Amino acid sequence: MADQTLPIPGTLEEAHRPARMLEWLHSWVVTVDHKKLGILYIVYSIFFLLVAGAEAMAIRIQLAIPHNHFVSPELYNELFTMHGTTMVFLVGMPILFGFANYLVPLMIGARDMAFPRLNAFSFWLTAFGGLMLYFSFIGGFGSYGMGNAPDVGWFAYAPLTAKAFSPGHSTDYWALSLIVSGFGTLGTAINIIATALCMRCKGMTLMRMPLFVWLLTVVSAMTLVTITPLTAAQVMLLIDRYLGGHFFDAQAGGSPIVWLHFFWIFGHPEVYVLVLPAFAIANEIIPVFSRKAIFGYPAMVAASVGIGFVSLTVWAHHMFTVGMTAVSNSFFVLSTMLVGIPTGIKIFNWLATLWGGKIRFATPMLFAVGFLFQFLIAGLTGIMLSVAPWDWQLHNSYFVIAHFHYVLVGAIVFCIFAAIYFWYPKATGRMMSETLGKWHFWIFLIGFHITFDTMHFLGILGMPRSIFTYEPDRGWNTLNMIISLGGFVQAIGVLIFAWNLIYSYFKGKEAGNDPWDAWTLEWSTPSPPPAYNFAVDPVVRSRRPLWDIKHPQDPDWKYER
Amino acid sequence: MSTVPIFADESWRLPSRGRVGMFSLIVGESAIFSIFVVAYIYYIGRGTYGPTPQILEVPIFNTICLLSSSLTIVLAEHAIKHGKVRQFALLWGLTMALGIEFLVGTAIEWRKLIFVDHLTIRTNLFGTTYYSLVGLHATHVVVGMIGLSLVMLFTLMGRVNQSHAERIQVLALYWHFVDVVWVVVFTVVYIVGR
Repeated sequence: MADQTLPIPGTLEEAHRPARMLEWLHSWVVTVDHKKLGILYIVYSIFFLLVAGAEAMAIRIQLAIPHNHFVSPELYNELFTMHGTTMVFLVGMPILFGFANYLVPLMIGARDMAFPRLNAFSFWLTAFGGLMLYFSFIGGFGSYGMGNAPDVGWFAYAPLTAKAFSPGHSTDYWALSLIVSGFGTLGTAINIIATALCMRCKGMTLMRMPLFVWLLTVVSAMTLVTITPLTAAQVMLLIDRYLGGHFFDAQAGGSPIVWLHFFWIFGHPEVYVLVLPAFAIANEIIPVFSRKAIFGYPAMVAASVGIGFVSLTVWAHHMFTVGMTAVSNSFFVLSTMLVGIPTGIKIFNWLATLWGGKIRFATPMLFAVGFLFQFLIAGLTGIMLSVAPWDWQLHNSYFVIAHFHYVLVGAIVFCIFAAIYFWYPKATGRMMSETLGKWHFWIFLIGFHITFDTMHFLGILGMPRSIFTYEPDRGWNTLNMIISLGGFVQAIGVLIFAWNLIYSYFKGKEAGNDPWDAWTLEWSTPSPPPAYNFAVDPVVRSRRPLWDIKHPQDPDWKYER
Repeated sequence: MSTVPIFADESWRLPSRGRVGMFSLIVGESAIFSIFVVAYIYYIGRGTYGPTPQILEVPIFNTICLLSSSLTIVLAEHAIKHGKVRQFALLWGLTMALGIEFLVGTAIEWRKLIFVDHLTIRTNLFGTTYYSLVGLHATHVVVGMIGLSLVMLFTLMGRVNQSHAERIQVLALYWHFVDVVWVVVFTVVYIVGR
């Protein structure tokens, strides 16, 4: 007992605390576990969601009143470029791949992804790509004393990106960091395809795979042929800028229009790369909260594959005002309208799933239903814009901004929120607060509609996108003020959400394995799942393996073919 | 119970993840090449000044070397599958030699273009598209050579045996892809575009 007579302050545990912190941090840096990488992806994207959201707020403050000087015109250009680039490449793609990483192996009854080390490598490529993009704010010799943040729009149209018009390194930061994160994306896409095809547990035939896995596989296949053209075009851009090449140099016979084509060959399928995972999330959440199996599973699979193919043929509908031939215009009008068919099939299938179901309006379901309505409207304005003459009138106006924010926020962000509320208990072992969740939903929903519904009108009144300020006598003042106010309402909603994430991690209700009474394999594991996922390799006989276990007298495999 | 498939271990077969992964990579790489090939074709004859593709000489010997390396690598795959490590090492070395010959041949061709015809990547539009496309392919040959050299290194260290046959086949897939792309690049640059 001699040691007790010398009361040295502190305990052994405290003495080791810094070391344990380091160990904990180290375990996250060197991890190859798909669940940890999935969480890293998601945390990384939520961080950038807040950053790019703050950029959007700055844009809205600047536009709230005419002749405002909240930011300088140069900084304004950087803000909208960085807002777009961040939201697409550092929020949209990583968060969806984060969910894929976390869920695909769990859903197909595997213990990890097909290539765990490639998985970690891809994440860190993506992460450092994002850091490099933001380093541009302080890095290099900045023009206007504001660093070198990209200021050429997220589509970086030639010839603005030529050395003569974009001196300094802003465009280089844009191209290089997206090439780096693009390789990360390619690695993850390869990994998801290999996982879904090669790692399924016994009995998990392709037609029994959860729709989430199916859609993410389609998305990954699209990513293979979508991100790579952007990488190729950016390499050309760098050749032009650094080696004195002439790809987009009209004086030497090159063509800026070719950049437009190459960019949108990437850019339009990219929209579907982002929205199909949102569909995937809805496919999992809507049946669980309707207490019914998904309606028309094979049709859903076929529609997803159909969207994947059709979306590769529609890119030039971004270019109607460029002056293409009548034949190309007509082709791209029709191919764009064609996307409406498989998408419509999906909407009707979701409605049919809801129909006659015992619907529970928990927070994930609220967001999923919000998605359903908003995505319908987004699709309808999409069909309107696919008509070339209509597009001639409204191209580059706030109507287009409203349309794609309806897709990106109204559909994708809503589904991302739904997914976080739905799978948070699985990843952390605790439920997110329903009260805060409902506050988040309603405030965000109202803010969303105030902002983006109003934007349609502003577009029809002729306000163009990407402008720094406007004249007070154009009749845009009130609408702009309303839009900006709506933006702040949304920001409040997002802050509630961020608080909910932190609060529930410490104070949330214990979740148990299966808080939603769901049917896919991830809910059969403890929450959070152990490193090895499944102690015994599962064997499945139907699309809803947990239903079979819970209802042995009435299992699905009796009816499924 | 008649609808329930009973799974014995041998009846549940999934594709090899190495192959699926490599095929996916090849699809992605093909898209990169497609963009460069389309740019090359679109820009044929659009340059406003400087040398034209007429200055190119068709690299027939180079092409024969690269394409026959596909044959030697198939034979090497076959050898390792049957556990003949010595034969494998020999054929693998031959493949590498053919690959190196291709790179040396390209270097000689470029030396002539740069110093005799005064065509560099910045000279004109043709120079930009030509060096980008052929250079992109040459880069892939270099990456392939790195992969081949690693396998060669392990073979010389005595670490490669029959059990690695599938991994070697996956790497060989990449090499075949590099060869097939050369067929496309060769056709576009030296036959259609000249």
